[in-house]
Amino acid sequence: MDKTSLNNLTRGILRENPTLVMLLGMCPTLGVTTSALNGLGMGLATLFVLMMSNMAISLVKNVIPSQVRIPCYIVIIASFVTVVDLLMAAYLPALHGALGIYIPLIVVNCIILGRAEAFAAKNNTWQSLLDAVGMGIGFTWALALLGSIREVLGSGSLFGWNFLAEGADTMLLFIMPPGAFLALAGLIITVNQLRKAK
Amino acid sequence: MAYFMIFITAIFVNNIILSQFLGICPFLGVSKKISTAAGMGMAVMFVITMSTIVTFLIYYTFLQPYQLTFMTTVTFILVIAALVQMVEIILKKTSPALYQALGIFLPLITTNCAVLGIAILTIQKNYTLVAGVCYALASSIGFTLAIILFAGMRERLEFTKLPPALKGTPISLITAGLLSMAFMGFAGVGN
Repeated sequence: MDKTSLNNLTRGILRENPTLVMLLGMCPTLGVTTSALNGLGMGLATLFVLMMSNMAISLVKNVIPSQVRIPCYIVIIASFVTVVDLLMAAYLPALHGALGIYIPLIVVNCIILGRAEAFAAKNNTWQSLLDAVGMGIGFTWALALLGSIREVLGSGSLFGWNFLAEGADTMLLFIMPPGAFLALAGLIITVNQLRKAK
Repeated sequence: MAYFMIFITAIFVNNIILSQFLGICPFLGVSKKISTAAGMGMAVMFVITMSTIVTFLIYYTFLQPYQLTFMTTVTFILVIAALVQMVEIILKKTSPALYQALGIFLPLITTNCAVLGIAILTIQKNYTLVAGVCYALASSIGFTLAIILFAGMRERLEFTKLPPALKGTPISLITAGLLSMAFMGFAGVGN
């Protein structure tokens, strides 16, 4: 793989991480990360939509008149979101129930429209796919990490595996709404310090 | 009474931002000053209420009778995008003063997940049209309330000395977390 491709692939994972560095897609980040599994599931669903929409948009970018490109992108993204929604409802009903309203809301996740506009509309299909994979993985690990932190602190378990004694006290706050804000603040502080130290 | 309960629940107990996490982007993005926050709140109120009425009518006159409910997401987002554009054009022609106040916020609202979120939730909760309008209006009042309170806190924060590590986003998130904690005091009201 040449240098540009590698750069496009790895950019989203750390350096320009969409969640922790660019602070995009905050609604699902805060809303679904009550457990590590939910965060991971949301991340993977978004990764799929991002890959498909980036590829589709880079394929049709020359056909779409630039004045109506945003509505066109939104229709393409919404179609893939519908695909994910129906597939998850059929094969992963428990996860589908847990993520609820946030699955149709992948449509308005700024990461997806942002990558369509900033990358897929200007680059070829292969590079757009690499960009989507990088950004999607960046989003997924950030959500899984935040979900793990909140699950460990709030429920005393990780990916559903309970490591505390029966009836032990946990910091319930972290699986409640305020905990989402506080945990994300802590994570962003850590990431900022790590970036500064480098 | 049922409508009153919808109001109280949507504004305080299940606040759209602080407990449902819809519309976080404008909440963090345009909350530096109370005046802009209020403008955004008004624009959101207008758009959420309008779009909920329109999407409700479309869902029950076209999508449901013709078994097209799998098209909900695609239809709703397109309708909302078109509606926002139309509101912008009409306001520009008919009410320049209102356009001056809300104009710059309108394009931002299309990708505000609160709008699509409330439209879908109204359908999922099986509300009637009147209940749906109450729910949409109350949710957007909750949005406005939260964003104005938050902007007020951020205006004060401007003048405080902060540890460098907390500057910017982290302190905003912590502030939002504390506000959310305060709103948790309403939990249980209405049950």
